Amino acid sequence: MTDLSTTYLGLKLRNPIVASASPLSKKLDRAKKLDEAGIGAIVMFSLFEEQIIQESLELDHYLNRGAESFPEALSYLPDGGMYAVSPEKYLNQVAGLKKAVSVPVIGSLNGVSKGGWTNYARKIEEAGADALELNLYFISTDPDMTSGDIEDMQVDLVAEVKSAIKIPLAVKISPFVTSIPNFVKRLVDAGADGFVLFNRFYQPDFDLEELEIVHSLDLSTPAEIRLPLRWISILSGQFKTDFALTSGVHSHTDVVKAMMSGAKVAMMASGLLHNGEQSVDQILSALEAWMKEHEYESIRQMQGSMSQKSVKEPAAFERANYMKVLGSFRDLP
Amino acid sequence: MKKQVIMIDGNEATASVAHRTSEVIAIYPITPSSGMGEFSDEWSAKGKKNLWGTVPLVIEMQSEGGAAGAVHGALQTGALTTTFTASQGLLLMIPNMYKIAGELTSTVFHVAARAIAAHALSIYGDHQDVMAVRQTGWALLSSGSVQEAHDFAAISMAATLKARVPFLHFFDGFRTSHEVNKIFQLSDDDLRSILDEELIRAHRARALNPEHPVLRGSAQNPDVYFQMREAVNPYYEAVPGITQEAMDKFAQVTGRHYNLFDYYGDPDAERVVVIMGSGGETVVETVKYLASKGEKVGAILVRLYRPFSVEHFVKAVPQSVKSVAVLDRTKEPGASGEPLYLDVVNALVEGRRSNIRTIGGRYGLSSKEFTPAMVKAVLDEMKKAEPKNHFTVGINDDVAHTSLDFDPSFIIEPEGVVSCVFFGLGADGTVGANKNSIKIIGEETDNFAQGYFYYDSKKSGTVTMSHLRFGPQPIRAPYLIELNQANFVACHQFSFLERVDMLKYAKKGATFLLNSLYGPDEVWDHLPVEVQKDIIEKELKFYVINGYEVAEKTGMGGRMNTIMQTAFFAISGILPREAAIAEIKRSIEKTYGKRGEAVVKKNFDAVDSTLANLYEVKVPAKITSKITRRQAVPAEAPEFVRNVLGEIIRANGDNIPVSAFPVDGTFPTGTTQWEKRNIALEIPVWEPDLCIQCGKCVMVCPHAVIRHKVYDEKLLANAPETFKHMPSKFKEFSTGYAYTVQVAPEDCTGCTLCVEVCPVKDKAQVGRKAINMEAQPPLREQEAKNWDFFMDIPDLDRKLINPSTIKNSQLLRPLFEFSGACAGCGETPYVKLVSQLFGDRAVIANATGCSSIYGGNLPTTPWAVDSKGRGPAWSNSLFEDNAEFGLGMRLTIDKQNEYARELLVAFEKELGKEFVDAILNARQDDEAGIDAQRERVAELKKRLGKSSDNRAKDLVSIADSLVKKSVWIIGGDGWAYDIGYGGLDHVLASGRNVNILVLDTEVYSNTGGQASKSTPRAAVAKFAMGGKGMPKKDLGLIAMSYGYVYVAHVAMGANDQQTLRAFLEAESYDGPSLIIAYSHCIAHGYDMAKGLEQQKLAVQSGHWPMYRYDPRLAEQGQNPLVIESKEPTIPFSQYAYNETRYKMLTQMDEERAEALMKEAEHDAKSRWTLYKQMAAMHYNGNNKE
Repeated sequence: MTDLSTTYLGLKLRNPIVASASPLSKKLDRAKKLDEAGIGAIVMFSLFEEQIIQESLELDHYLNRGAESFPEALSYLPDGGMYAVSPEKYLNQVAGLKKAVSVPVIGSLNGVSKGGWTNYARKIEEAGADALELNLYFISTDPDMTSGDIEDMQVDLVAEVKSAIKIPLAVKISPFVTSIPNFVKRLVDAGADGFVLFNRFYQPDFDLEELEIVHSLDLSTPAEIRLPLRWISILSGQFKTDFALTSGVHSHTDVVKAMMSGAKVAMMASGLLHNGEQSVDQILSALEAWMKEHEYESIRQMQGSMSQKSVKEPAAFERANYMKVLGSFRDLP
Repeated sequence: MKKQVIMIDGNEATASVAHRTSEVIAIYPITPSSGMGEFSDEWSAKGKKNLWGTVPLVIEMQSEGGAAGAVHGALQTGALTTTFTASQGLLLMIPNMYKIAGELTSTVFHVAARAIAAHALSIYGDHQDVMAVRQTGWALLSSGSVQEAHDFAAISMAATLKARVPFLHFFDGFRTSHEVNKIFQLSDDDLRSILDEELIRAHRARALNPEHPVLRGSAQNPDVYFQMREAVNPYYEAVPGITQEAMDKFAQVTGRHYNLFDYYGDPDAERVVVIMGSGGETVVETVKYLASKGEKVGAILVRLYRPFSVEHFVKAVPQSVKSVAVLDRTKEPGASGEPLYLDVVNALVEGRRSNIRTIGGRYGLSSKEFTPAMVKAVLDEMKKAEPKNHFTVGINDDVAHTSLDFDPSFIIEPEGVVSCVFFGLGADGTVGANKNSIKIIGEETDNFAQGYFYYDSKKSGTVTMSHLRFGPQPIRAPYLIELNQANFVACHQFSFLERVDMLKYAKKGATFLLNSLYGPDEVWDHLPVEVQKDIIEKELKFYVINGYEVAEKTGMGGRMNTIMQTAFFAISGILPREAAIAEIKRSIEKTYGKRGEAVVKKNFDAVDSTLANLYEVKVPAKITSKITRRQAVPAEAPEFVRNVLGEIIRANGDNIPVSAFPVDGTFPTGTTQWEKRNIALEIPVWEPDLCIQCGKCVMVCPHAVIRHKVYDEKLLANAPETFKHMPSKFKEFSTGYAYTVQVAPEDCTGCTLCVEVCPVKDKAQVGRKAINMEAQPPLREQEAKNWDFFMDIPDLDRKLINPSTIKNSQLLRPLFEFSGACAGCGETPYVKLVSQLFGDRAVIANATGCSSIYGGNLPTTPWAVDSKGRGPAWSNSLFEDNAEFGLGMRLTIDKQNEYARELLVAFEKELGKEFVDAILNARQDDEAGIDAQRERVAELKKRLGKSSDNRAKDLVSIADSLVKKSVWIIGGDGWAYDIGYGGLDHVLASGRNVNILVLDTEVYSNTGGQASKSTPRAAVAKFAMGGKGMPKKDLGLIAMSYGYVYVAHVAMGANDQQTLRAFLEAESYDGPSLIIAYSHCIAHGYDMAKGLEQQKLAVQSGHWPMYRYDPRLAEQGQNPLVIESKEPTIPFSQYAYNETRYKMLTQMDEERAEALMKEAEHDAKSRWTLYKQMAAMHYNGNNKE
């Protein structure tokens, strides 16, 4: 019997396929389908502090706008105070999800203020999440701000959140860090129990007809797996913390690659959104078949088997890798 | 048990009882009663139960007439039913009120009494509406304060159940409906003790029920109708006794004792004033004051006005009384006296007290101030040997000389009362903060407290006034804080100093708090002379706070509320500072908690930052300022504008004498140009180097403050130095023509729609357009001069302009300018377009609503005239009758045209056949044709002008009807879809040549956003708090079904050319035309600057298909329906969720929001599919085969 189980952030998972933060977790019925299809764990869609603040300020603005100004219309929208602009909806969803599915549920938080991070982290824990994923996202536009400043800020933040909660904490980081290993080290010291590599960003695009900036997020492509693959390969042997690979996981072979790089789990979103929740089952079957075919007994067996530490040519993951690609041409006859 | 003390307004106090004692509530919005319906709707939406544990069913109807009908039906089938209304709404209920009374049905209607539209509409309070129903057979119970409104709502319910006579419980609109006062709340147990459950079951037992059927509503003949009309007499005779009994029972439960007629004052009074409503409080307090000074005076407050109990009244009049003055808050022209006066005269005669001399007078119409000084004037008049009868008090009637003089310095403000006046900018949070402050003072201290709030009638950039009083005794002063009486005056906007005299309210030694950009050491020199003078002479304590900076730093934006509130508490010392701040924070939590932590936090931050920025100013001994307060209107304004409208702008309207006014409500047009409001912080600035002269900015400007002109370049010789211009790119006007886009800097509201619509972007810097916003103050003076120069440039001759393109149409001068509409209004660009295209020959019927308020509310009005003095002739009749009103205008024009043509033929010999034929056969389908006809008509008048022949005189008097007129019927969706729909339908069916413009905001905008039948599914609105469950009514489809009605569905933001084409076609169609125009609105809840963008999305989502249905095409064998928008390309939700009205439902009830959104999506698609099929129909031979 092939053993697909793994552990992630101290949680025992039946297999390494985890639904990453996506709209899939917004609906209980979709989450249930994921569970039924065999998913290993579910990461909730992110609680965006910024969005909560924005919605809150926006509602406040429009309820106030024009109010108490004109005698016939002392307001323009009904204000019965019945709305819930707060993390409550999210927290209810965490609790709901926990009840609805059998697998671990990992909360996901994208904060902007110091108070917001710890406050919401605690609330997500209270709502029943099995672990928490922090989504670090910062675009620096200030020339006077150094990379050190930003890293210090994020390290502080992780330390603070860690001290506020008891559940395991994973940090989803950006690839745009000068020294990823050093940054990871600092975050480990600050208390991170795991890392999710990497955050994907909404990148602006230009509409050339309207001369306007447009935003859209494309689903990931299989080629995108290479970036996290490289970095998990480099990092997994150096740190005892868990790594999760996200971006570009679309098939069972991608899962295998993730495991071999040293990831404890492979996270999927685009593939599931595109192929439906039931595709988990197909990937798991294919994974099992592949393992049987290649005589792997367990997932654990392959985890880290191709990490930088394990391969014959550690330089393959470094700059030499670049040279190799360039130098790999051959004179054709 | 401790009595529950709360601070609420009269509407809430009343609704709180009405909702708890009803099963069915039928509502319709009308100021100032809308609040009662809104509270009821909100409470039911939240599941708040009535006394018997079930949630009252609240339904919005299409009119007050509809509400009364629904109430009648609900009552007939046994429900405890109520409604709320005022003014015209009550008038619409009259037919049903007769029925309900005739059938002896227990119910209570609650009325916030309001003036009736006569020479003009007024939303303010008096008893004209209530007096108009005194003949219907209803009991009329009058309450005069917030506490009484609460109490009498219960007493009237108890009484009607026993008496079976329906009760109308009324209180003064605004004064009581909107005054916040400290009251003792009736608990559910109190109400249960007051109401007799058996009587409720008896009411149900009388209901129509097929299990034991009866028939009601028969038709009767001369033999029996009369007798049955008299059969009810015993019930009416019993009402006074039953009501007193209910009052007595109420007293047992609550300790508050009322009588049908309550007497106050010296028990041996010789002079007594009789009055009802809130004015009674003023009379009672004045009488008590004078009695304490030894005057033999008293007051009788009338509680139960109908049935009028002579017996009880006479008993209330002390034997010592020699003279009675009856004060009526109504006007009944032509009567021998006002109603209450006549009732009293009759009562004294029938009650054998005719020895008492009785006089009557009018006061307080349309919430006119009624003060102790006026009461004293009445009492003083009574002392005279020959007192004036049928007098007025509170105005200066220098025409009929009815008015009594009064001495405004007579003040009876009791010791210990603290009075505070606050001036804020509409929507800056001042009023809300003051409501909150007075609530804190009333509920958290032992003080009694009162708050009353005064608003402007413009929809943006207005001044609000908050009058707060508090003290150890109950506050019975239903009038504004009087001059020189305020202990505290606060100015929340620095710019008010130059236009509003605020310190006239301050008493000597009072405190003045100013929100100032300047610190304590520099502010003095920035104050106008008049302000410095008052501060010095009145020895004011002067504080400044830079609230703008605090607001900026704490994310409060333009909201000054919590900042100024904190400063107020800090300075006034009503509560210890710490306690005050704790209370403010507690109320912030309560008010904003549900809106999210971020909102609470920014308010907390503002509170915390306030004290550090609050400074006392050391007042210099001398006036140093060189700034003086601005004139209300410029000296060059016409006399009427200076002397009348200017005085109104100066807040001195109360002192204008009767003789200054027109007698019939007729006003000159084009007066907004004199009221420079200077409300924009930023104004658009034109960049000629980028401009392509498209005219889109001109078209979209809601306030007609941005205009373009093509003109002879020689005129530039005298242009001011900074006047911008460029060569004209108009192909019809090229060589020798210059072109300018000019902004009126002092009239602009800063909405930025012009910038949004500008299609040009600088290729080197896409953020720069041909129009960009820049700070107003540095540009104000220079651009004002440029504007004056621009306006002096002659407009192009209309004959030369082909208006079929946007840029050309916008060369036509707007004859609707600088209205009081909201900044960024989505309606006014359409209204303005009518004025440009057809204004010089337009007659306009305007339904009551936003467009009648920004179009016709004093002091100044936006309908204007062109250089020849021609322009739209405008009138507002009512809300419900506008289509018919406009049709009447058409009928006159058609009839007079017909008669003029008949007369012309009769005068053929004198005028010459050729001339007569030229007039009769004139083609007037373009400007040239119309102009030529005008010249002929002028010639005709000249030729017949001196004739003594009566028929010639007749022809001259109606000759203008020979020039083509354009009749426009304008109103909002509340009118067109709901209250006026029956009439609109009839007018469409009439086939007459009228143009109906529906400014569709999908809610009742003017009364604050209540749902109409135009409100789309899934949108939240007042009266549809849970999101509207039914789809938007398709008015266009209904109109198309006639086949001979021109129908256009337009959205200027999505396609301005389609809009323009539709307006031109509609007007050219010789039959009824209906244009339904998408109008973005403040009630939709998004940035109004994005209104045009949102209109595009509305079209793209299929919510607002654009089409024209032209019956002329059918005549030509073509399909009359031309759809001009594409199949939906985006989901409805992508459009909808940009707007708070949709989004807030997801925050309230996500599941329902999702379900409704799905259905709304389907609505949009199915409507599109239907239209597509209609547009594809084969029309060969006009479907006549």
